Amino acid sequence: MSVALPAPVVNADSAYYWAAAAAERLVIRKCMHCGQLHFMPRYLCPHCWSTDLEWVEISGRGRVYSFTVMRRPADPAFSDLAPYVVALIDLDEGPRMMAGVVGEDALGVAIGDPVTVIFEPRGGEAKVPQFKRVAR
Amino acid sequence: MQIPVSLKNKVAIVGVGESDIGKLPHMTGLGLNAQAAKRAIEDAGLKPSDIDGLITAYSFTEPYFMLGAVMCEYLGIRPHFNASMTVGGSTPAIMLKHAAEAIAAGQVETVLVCAGENRATGQTRDAALNALLAVGHPYYERPYGGSIPGYYAMIANRYMHEYRTTREQMAAVAVNTRAHALRHPNAHMKKPITLQDVLDAKPVADPLGLLDCCLISDAGGAFIVTSAERAKDLKSSPVYLQGIGEFHTHEHIMCAPSLTEFGAAESGRIAFEMAGVGPQDIDVAELYDCFSIVPIIELEELGFAERGAGGAFFAEGHAAIGGRLPINTHGGMLSHAHAGAVGGLLGIVEAVRQLRGGLGTRQVADAERALVHNEGGILSSHCTVILARNLG
Repeated sequence: MSVALPAPVVNADSAYYWAAAAAERLVIRKCMHCGQLHFMPRYLCPHCWSTDLEWVEISGRGRVYSFTVMRRPADPAFSDLAPYVVALIDLDEGPRMMAGVVGEDALGVAIGDPVTVIFEPRGGEAKVPQFKRVAR
Repeated sequence: MQIPVSLKNKVAIVGVGESDIGKLPHMTGLGLNAQAAKRAIEDAGLKPSDIDGLITAYSFTEPYFMLGAVMCEYLGIRPHFNASMTVGGSTPAIMLKHAAEAIAAGQVETVLVCAGENRATGQTRDAALNALLAVGHPYYERPYGGSIPGYYAMIANRYMHEYRTTREQMAAVAVNTRAHALRHPNAHMKKPITLQDVLDAKPVADPLGLLDCCLISDAGGAFIVTSAERAKDLKSSPVYLQGIGEFHTHEHIMCAPSLTEFGAAESGRIAFEMAGVGPQDIDVAELYDCFSIVPIIELEELGFAERGAGGAFFAEGHAAIGGRLPINTHGGMLSHAHAGAVGGLLGIVEAVRQLRGGLGTRQVADAERALVHNEGGILSSHCTVILARNLG
């Protein structure tokens, strides 16, 4: 019997990110002081330590920086999905994030492949950003 | 970074010990620590009452609050200096650094550094998986079903992409390490393996297969650090700390500045500068090898090989005992033992033993200077150590 895939965990730093994902919007933090974007949301800007931060919606497009095909997952919730792809995505706007590459052609993924975000339902209202390969 | 105060020639490792290794259901993690500590103190020719400081690591299988104090209590010692540290796999080398700093500052004279966990038999499979899953970021990585091998596999893929490192070269690391383990009486793995065995092993996370991944052992390790002055009067041959440096760039792989350049170059630079030597002066190296790609990267970062040439170094046999730079002469974490912080600690134990000499078929001829590199997280935290048989 399969175990449910892990739903996003919400805390004070991540609440807005996951709420946006549930509405199928990919958002990241922008520092209004130095202008730099960063992925992992936090109290301050990791570049200049300003706390003047805003959420910005981004294109959802990027390229595969690296990936692996998971053959033997550690998390039993993923056992039935194997083989599947976990990747690091370089977003067109600059920052890097982790996500799966999904879709019928996912296992043929290569470094540098262009990808675009989709949102995968994950229990209740929650959705997690995933990526699929696209022609560019 | 300037090195504010050099630790060169200030301290020596005067005793080393490793516990029994393998599947040891009759031993607790604390017991493995104690067995290794007892062997280390006997090796040094010291008494437990000579220990006035203790540093230990962390434990997944026995996650006591205040593990350092728990360790002292278990051993029946009452030191003036005590801590438990959690810097992942780089913890042992960093524990050595903290011990050396405290001794050099005159705060303490003799420190026991130890680690031990019964990872093979001391936890259920579910508990083991949960602990290891905690290495992924709980908010932004875990929803994707990666794993520690998976994250290192991403590094391997990117490294292969940029530097043409090959699957076969990575497999050569595992084969070299296993060949060394067969010369060590206490190694967990006792059977030889071939390149084809590694390539044909059960796939875990592409491009890594089961034999590219470190062991899960019950194991403990310990060493005794004291002042270079005090070391002169002891029965064992002291091994002197010549250089040590650490550097930390991230914890989770999604925040790594790069998957092709890591913090080992910087920790190594500090260690070499402090020691006043270069890669060409090192006779034997014990490089952290949680996965087969890792020693290849470390070899390059530390300046022993050009970028992209680390894989060929292993494949051409230069890392074998008798080769240009013997690496992981005890069998490393791929074939000797791995249990949390113990894996890196046993690299320090092996370096000390190589410098003392007398290891039979495992001995690197005329080993005068050794390098140990520990890394923790996903190549996140780094500490490089240079040890020597003589005061430099």
